[in-house]
Amino acid sequence: MSDIAVTPRPEGGVAALIKHSRYIIGENPVTGFAFGLFVLIVLAAILGPELVPYNPLQSDTAQALQPPSLHHWCGTDQLGRDVFSRVVVATRLDFFIAVASVVLVFLMGGLAGVAAGFFGGWTDRIVGRIADTIMAFPLFVLAMGIVAALGNTVQNIIIATAIVNFPLYARIARAEANIRRDAGFVEAARLSGNADWRILGFQILPNVFPILVVQMSLTMGYAILNAAGLSFIGLGVRPPTPEWGIMVAEGATFMVSGEWWNAFFPGAALMIAVFCFNLLGDGLRDMVDPRRRT
Amino acid sequence: MTTMLDVADVSKLFPVGGGPGAWARLKRRFTGGVETLPKVYAVDDVSFDIAKGETVGLVGESGCGKSTLVRALTRLVDVSSGSIKLGARELALKPSRVFARDRDRARIQMVFQDAGESVNPRFTGFDAIADPLRRLRKLRGKALKDRVETVARQCGLPLQLLTRFPHQLSGGQRARVGIARAIAVEPDLLVLDEPTAALDVSVQVVILQLLQRLKREFGMSYLFVSHDLSVVRLLCDRVLVMYLGKIVESGPATEVFEHPLHPYTQALVAAVPRLHDDAAARLRLIGEPRSPIDPDPNVCRFYGRCPRGTDTCKITMPALRSFGARQVACHFAEEFLPQSKSVS
Amino acid sequence: MSTEPALSVEGLSVEFRTRSGIVRALDNVSFAVNKGETIALVGESGSGKSVTAYAVMGILDPAGRVSAGRAMLGGLDLLAATPRQIADVRGRQIAMIFQNPRTALNPIRPVGRQIADVLVRHGNVLRKNAPAAAIEMLRAVGITDPARRAKAYPFEMSGGMCQRVMIAIALAAKPSLLIADEPTTGLDVTTQAVIMDLVSDLAKDLGMATIFITHDLALAGQRSARIVVMHAGHVVENAPTQELFAHPRHPYTAELIAATPDSAANLDELAAIPGSLPDLRRTDLPPCRYSERCPRKIDACAQPLPHGVPGAAHIVACWNPLPARIITTPTESAA
Repeated sequence: MSDIAVTPRPEGGVAALIKHSRYIIGENPVTGFAFGLFVLIVLAAILGPELVPYNPLQSDTAQALQPPSLHHWCGTDQLGRDVFSRVVVATRLDFFIAVASVVLVFLMGGLAGVAAGFFGGWTDRIVGRIADTIMAFPLFVLAMGIVAALGNTVQNIIIATAIVNFPLYARIARAEANIRRDAGFVEAARLSGNADWRILGFQILPNVFPILVVQMSLTMGYAILNAAGLSFIGLGVRPPTPEWGIMVAEGATFMVSGEWWNAFFPGAALMIAVFCFNLLGDGLRDMVDPRRRT
Repeated sequence: MTTMLDVADVSKLFPVGGGPGAWARLKRRFTGGVETLPKVYAVDDVSFDIAKGETVGLVGESGCGKSTLVRALTRLVDVSSGSIKLGARELALKPSRVFARDRDRARIQMVFQDAGESVNPRFTGFDAIADPLRRLRKLRGKALKDRVETVARQCGLPLQLLTRFPHQLSGGQRARVGIARAIAVEPDLLVLDEPTAALDVSVQVVILQLLQRLKREFGMSYLFVSHDLSVVRLLCDRVLVMYLGKIVESGPATEVFEHPLHPYTQALVAAVPRLHDDAAARLRLIGEPRSPIDPDPNVCRFYGRCPRGTDTCKITMPALRSFGARQVACHFAEEFLPQSKSVS
Repeated sequence: MSTEPALSVEGLSVEFRTRSGIVRALDNVSFAVNKGETIALVGESGSGKSVTAYAVMGILDPAGRVSAGRAMLGGLDLLAATPRQIADVRGRQIAMIFQNPRTALNPIRPVGRQIADVLVRHGNVLRKNAPAAAIEMLRAVGITDPARRAKAYPFEMSGGMCQRVMIAIALAAKPSLLIADEPTTGLDVTTQAVIMDLVSDLAKDLGMATIFITHDLALAGQRSARIVVMHAGHVVENAPTQELFAHPRHPYTAELIAATPDSAANLDELAAIPGSLPDLRRTDLPPCRYSERCPRKIDACAQPLPHGVPGAAHIVACWNPLPARIITTPTESAA
């Protein structure tokens, strides 16, 4: 058998993915940095509330509006609460909002888009019209409208973010499914006795998922900003719950009088988180893009 | 020889530009209009049969309709008209959308041109071969594993390669995976769509010899689609030549290549590079093929490019006529016959 | 035949940096093309034939590096030239056509403009005369109704027509050397014949040397006076076409011929080539990269390959070549 190559056996599956990931992270220090930061954020979300020095909800008006010091690393806010503790504890909520929004939009948009791209016809038309309707609104205004209509809860922020991002995911998923609709392996799957829904679920979706994953990390940054923006205008999370957006909103009024730390630290946390997710998205795209593979 | 596959008057037409939109179609349902839109005659009134154990070659250039014909035969698309009989069963009746679940699905299988394209990049070799066995033979667990390994061995695929993904395999190994998958369910008819086109010449030999061996061992019939006439000559008992949706010539492979009767076949054979010829044979086709859109049913499809074209060719479409084992669709076929044969 | 070759490649070695090591894609490749001659570079995938062309044209992938050798075009070493010198030479003296014509053309510019660009840059044609000259080029490559087609975009044309346009672009400035890298792969065989006829005719008219790169041995044989057979980055044999087919001396060449469908009367006569390509990332590659799969291997094969007598008609890089035909005159002795 002349064509049975004597090539060394390459690793398959998880081992290859880990090796490939290590290569990408190693090759580009920025990706490595983003990855480290991401781990830090996750740790803060999980362990933060246990490890912070002060109770984020406990007010001590005697200590109100103290600048950063050894006792209060980020100072105190207008009710004497420790800003540092609040910022760290808020990580959990904001991170939860980000992840939940992204998972929801992936399920909604991904499935709808893949069905639209694969079946075409009326499915495609209906999904297209829904996406067009959503896109007709300025996205933030739409999010505002949804939250205002459904009520000021965290669930509704998540739903609003998912709806607002639906067209993007549906569009990407649709395009990917459309490309693969006539691929050789889809025809081969039909010859092998697979009904259409099986092909969609087991052949198309696994190929579309990695591309959507990259988009998901970028959407996480957007989701946090969205939640922060909604809270800023009073439509999101309600005080006294610590959340970066509200903290910036409340602290903004104190900027003029010189108490910058109120708004600065939650704002910086926002910036770092979004920055990290975006960089991570770049790194994930490198990992997923087949052209980068050996 | 018993007939395995009987194709009669199969046509496949495509509306140009995808046809009327959904609203137009909806409206037509209520107003009852008639469709008078231009159509591409991708396959036009094709008839042939394949006997059990026979290898039939299908040659023709791009745009001749062989891909469409193949997809119609394997029931991936529906025919516009005509009949496809596998044994006694009429296959054209069942829509292709639901044919995947049909009890006869396993009887016709296909090997694709580019195994890299036709195996899901996220499937291992094992998954790819197991898929039809799971769906069509309902095998699971150990029975499935045994069958996959048996088939892999028959195709000369080392078992340790079954856990690899397509991009980790060489071209020849991928081709073997594609073949293993197709024969796993023991089809009666195997359609091979240019299976060695993407392979190096040395690998091609091995794969062709494998295909030959498998055919003899399992008594399958082959429909071998290729543009490479030298390969078709070696592997096929009979060959069909297609041009612009129609069969223009058919007959035993060696005879068709040594004495082509149809002018198109003659040009095709003259154009094939041979090891011990130079390019002096200057029988060349000029111009572009005629349009496949709503072709005039009275004009020979080859008229205009044919080195000889007379008024007869413009007025009457030449029918596929038989001369012994050979068939030709040309008014002047008699002139090229090796010796005078009576029309049968 | 003139004494100075149009292109002389000497000792060309190319490496590629990859994640899994350095791939020694080419090792000491040497051959020459004489003025007005058509030669073919034949090999399977992985033989390095396209890499050779890309190295000579200076369009290697960024991960590739010429580690040794020269490519003399006239008096200029293309591999050591400045980017300025290369830009001057490309198009004017040496041109290349590629495998997939549609992707090699600019999809958003009409084809007439693409030809005109070359004419202005390299062909000393004034910009105002360029459109008319472009139409003439289209006519010369056999495109009917050239005035209308000049305004067309590549996607509106068939594969064969796109390839003609690519030929027009390549030959617009009348180069003295054309490199054709698998120009007809993917085209119908009838179209292939017409395109190859066109290239041959134009080459004869312009007195142009041609290097024709292909994996199809029969096609190479039909169109070239001399064939250079490559395997795993080495030149293994270099001989006039008829000589090569009648009396192949390198075992690989013989196997390649025996594996070509046209050479056999039936399938059982076709012979597969034993073994497989060695991994070019290995640091312990033997001097002869075919030796590990060669049925004629002898102890001498561990030595560096023989270089062959320069200027010999039939060069074989082998210590145990197949026997030459009976020597009838002294001038026909093989290397």
